[in-house]
Amino acid sequence: MARIVQEFTKGLWKEVPPFRFVLGLCPVLAVTANVSSALGLGGGVIFVLLVSNTLISTFRKLIPSKIRVPVFIVIIASAVTIVELTMEAYLYSLYEVLGIWIPLIVVNCLILGRAEAFARKEPVHLAAADGFGMGLGFTISLVVLASFREIIGAGTWFGLQVMPESYIGFELLQRPPGAYICLGLLLVLMNFISFKLEKPKQTC
Amino acid sequence: MGDYLLMMVTAIFANNILLIRFLGQCPFIGVSSSLESAIGMSGAALFVNVLASSITWIVYNFLLIPLELTYLRTVAFILVIASLVQLVEIVLQKTAPALYKSLGIYLPLITTNCMIFGVAVLNIQEGHSFLETLVYAFSTAIGFSLALIVLAGIRERFAIGRVPSLFSGVPIALLSAGMMGLCFYGFIGLGQ
Repeated sequence: MARIVQEFTKGLWKEVPPFRFVLGLCPVLAVTANVSSALGLGGGVIFVLLVSNTLISTFRKLIPSKIRVPVFIVIIASAVTIVELTMEAYLYSLYEVLGIWIPLIVVNCLILGRAEAFARKEPVHLAAADGFGMGLGFTISLVVLASFREIIGAGTWFGLQVMPESYIGFELLQRPPGAYICLGLLLVLMNFISFKLEKPKQTC
Repeated sequence: MGDYLLMMVTAIFANNILLIRFLGQCPFIGVSSSLESAIGMSGAALFVNVLASSITWIVYNFLLIPLELTYLRTVAFILVIASLVQLVEIVLQKTAPALYKSLGIYLPLITTNCMIFGVAVLNIQEGHSFLETLVYAFSTAIGFSLALIVLAGIRERFAIGRVPSLFSGVPIALLSAGMMGLCFYGFIGLGQ
């Protein structure tokens, strides 16, 4: 049980994607202009990670190691197709907003990375916990970045007005270049926090 | 002819695949620390992008549509691209060792480059004809190379400059990419 909790929580801070490893940045930059699309893509990624990690771990002894990457890709692509078709049927407005980014979950390095680094070696329950934790960490990161961009950029959160009516949004943050600047500043902030956290230890 | 020219200019500048559409960020941050590797990656991406886009277009229009299997697009495209990259690697190794030496290490990275897959899907979504697909793939790859090489030039300067330690590495690269994005964003009205 403790192992499950440990594998689950490591995705939330210690190894939180995409900030700790700068991988799978494309969707992070592209869908974070507002919180609802960030949450939508995050949900898709959680589902795909959970399914791919569970399936790959279940069949880990059957998959020949020489052709494992194509096998993983087919499993991941099938999960992504499920998400794509489900969203098109039931959440059409979200599907329209996310557009090309739903099929692009296939090539998100995070998912293949977890399959390769974790799911193909560990038993099913741990792989599922790892997939869920990593997916959740990824979603939270997306939402944090999107909140920042939406609140400062447009004065709203989830489409609700949070800033005073007279607030004129800082338009740049809503535009593509603003995504890079926000993410860069967020990484600086994370470096700063780690730096402050480590400093007292050294003096002790 | 004018349409194709407009398409090229839009794809290279106003809708730059890296800075405005955000496809292919991994190599953008990963290989842009030296100019030499940026050029190698650009060459490999240009080659594979045009090849992959044309093959996926053929597969979609002559295989998936007649068989009514269009919902298998994602699975089919990713398999085509992954095997294509392997094939290109093997062929290059046997026939053009010199080219393989300069592009070789970047080819495996291309499989996980979402630009290739993204451009293939965009071609289908926007209903491009085969010629348009070729032009679009070529010009997006040129836009990719332009942004990658310019960023690599900037980052090489940072390597010898004095960057505050909190900003060094990825954060400063992202911030300079943001500044470059602003420049490219200035072209946005061009395509309309």
